[in-house]
Amino acid sequence: MRNGKDVSASLKKKAAYGPDVNIDEFKVGTYAPERIGDLSDASDDVKERMANVGVVPCGASRSGTILFLDNGPSHVSRGSDDVEIMPIREAAKRYDLSEYLWKAVDPGKDKYTSKTYLEDSDGYFIRAKAGRHVKDPVQTCMIINRSRQMQNVHNIIIVEENASLEVITGCTTNKHVNESLHVGVSETFIKDGGSLTFTMIHNWGDATHVRPRSATILGKNAKFVNNYVLLKPVASVQSYPAAYLNGEGASAKYSSICLAHEGADIDFGSLVEMNAPGTSAEIVSRSITLGGRMITRGRLIGNAAGAKAHLECRSLVLKDGGLTLAIPELESSVADVEMTHEAAVGKIARDQVEYLMMRGLTEDEAVGMIVRGFLEGGINGLPDELKDEIDAAIGKANLGS
Amino acid sequence: MNIYFKPLKVVIHLLKIENLHAEAGGKEILKGIDLEIGDGRTCVLFGPNGSGKSTLLAAIMGLGHCKITKGRIIYDNTDITGMPIDERAKLGIGMMMQRPPNLVGVKLRALVNAVSDDADAVIKKADEFRMDGFLDRDINVGFSGGEIKRSELMQLTAQRPKFVLLDEPESGVDLESIGLVGKKVHELLCGGPQCNSPNNVSALVITHTGQILDHIGADDAYILVDGKIKCSGRPMGLLKDIRERGYRECIRCGMVKM
Repeated sequence: MRNGKDVSASLKKKAAYGPDVNIDEFKVGTYAPERIGDLSDASDDVKERMANVGVVPCGASRSGTILFLDNGPSHVSRGSDDVEIMPIREAAKRYDLSEYLWKAVDPGKDKYTSKTYLEDSDGYFIRAKAGRHVKDPVQTCMIINRSRQMQNVHNIIIVEENASLEVITGCTTNKHVNESLHVGVSETFIKDGGSLTFTMIHNWGDATHVRPRSATILGKNAKFVNNYVLLKPVASVQSYPAAYLNGEGASAKYSSICLAHEGADIDFGSLVEMNAPGTSAEIVSRSITLGGRMITRGRLIGNAAGAKAHLECRSLVLKDGGLTLAIPELESSVADVEMTHEAAVGKIARDQVEYLMMRGLTEDEAVGMIVRGFLEGGINGLPDELKDEIDAAIGKANLGS
Repeated sequence: MNIYFKPLKVVIHLLKIENLHAEAGGKEILKGIDLEIGDGRTCVLFGPNGSGKSTLLAAIMGLGHCKITKGRIIYDNTDITGMPIDERAKLGIGMMMQRPPNLVGVKLRALVNAVSDDADAVIKKADEFRMDGFLDRDINVGFSGGEIKRSELMQLTAQRPKFVLLDEPESGVDLESIGLVGKKVHELLCGGPQCNSPNNVSALVITHTGQILDHIGADDAYILVDGKIKCSGRPMGLLKDIRERGYRECIRCGMVKM
């Protein structure tokens, strides 16, 4: 047992935001799933689900892969000496992780963190070695394999001094999985001069509840880019990842693109605390409501001189009946900070649609082209596979008037 | 006795507008327009600010802010009065806007690709429009006056319309760019640099300064005042009259039976 604290009292503690989920209704998923030696040997279902969240089944052009089915590791492979990838239970046997485990996320935060703590959940451990530039991205994949189950994972990413790493993580449910719950605690540490780009793609079932609990601690001149993509229907997502810029000159950028389909309840935000001089942050969120509930939060906190940050929250409302709520917040405890925000909620401008129709595009095509541009503009350097996913989501969403 | 038979002139009207009334912003702007544009002809529309020139173009294109209350627009023997914009575009009507909207997130390259059957050829010629550095930029966002016009012309070239509506093609264009804009408008109207297209493109052009007339051959001109066509004539003649005597005087003398 790695965990010593008693946080069982928090098992009843509701989260600060989002609809409450009764975790007792879900059985904890298996810790010993089927092991897949070579990703090409995975079942067609698993391969297809991985591809949908940007995880390459052949593992080419990746520095490594780790796959979790339900609560246990199913596949681990590595193609680079610059990075270490293993299940966290294994890492805990090999290393003393006491300076990392539950140091960014408080286990007593709410019922979801508490459950993960008490389960002593497995998860991935990724360490980019000091001074190494990990060329290709590491990919991680979380698949819920059975209905009425809860997936708990506890992940740690460590980017050591002056190392650079890119991680792509795809989370999904297997075909035919209906009601399920995903709880993912992710603690990330970017040490002095380190750099991490973390892209998370969610493609859950439409009856999945999702409660990620993520926090990142940055050292001096460390750099963090976090991208989040949610295009498919989902029951509920409540997530409020935080970055703590504790080292001088550190920077963080959170970008997100979310589609709230009818029936979905999404509460997504980002928080950045600038605790050291000369730190900077940017939060960019682009969301579309198609009849679902879409709450976008953003909170910038300036606690040190020279902190500079901007928050941009843009939402398109394309169908009636849902809810769109943008909550941008700026907080400062010192004089010398510069923080700004802009938020916009509205429909697609008619003159833009007509401009494209004038060139011969149908109304649906014109709306699709504008929506695609709106979403793609939310994330710099979006990979082509994700652009295709955006196209597919827009195509299916039937956006015409 | 010498009998002189006047040769029968067959005029094929590409566009025929009958008693057109239209509102914009809840106010009647067009108050009974009758206008015919022959196949292959280029017509110029003069008129003071606020006379309804841009609204007339919007009515022909079918833009939503312009509401037709009475009358008909016939294009190529089809009544297009209530037709959606994209269907008009598919029939061959194209438009160069004076102040087009910013299209945040829509790249010029993507639009050319969506519009043209032979997009690669058009994109290859982007440098001719001095637009090669703009293909992956959001359309019109941060473009200068000249860049907007050249982007519009490149899009129209991709679209290959049979009838173009040009709303002040020279406005906001610097002296250096005006030659290029003029050349590209000319090529658009006559089907390429050699002007060897068998079917000339027809056009209705709004101009205040007449500068564009240095680059294109216009056939007919009209003066629109207070929502009605008050005058018609040869483009250069009318332009000269307007320059020398102003609209009011010009209308008084040149009043035509419409």
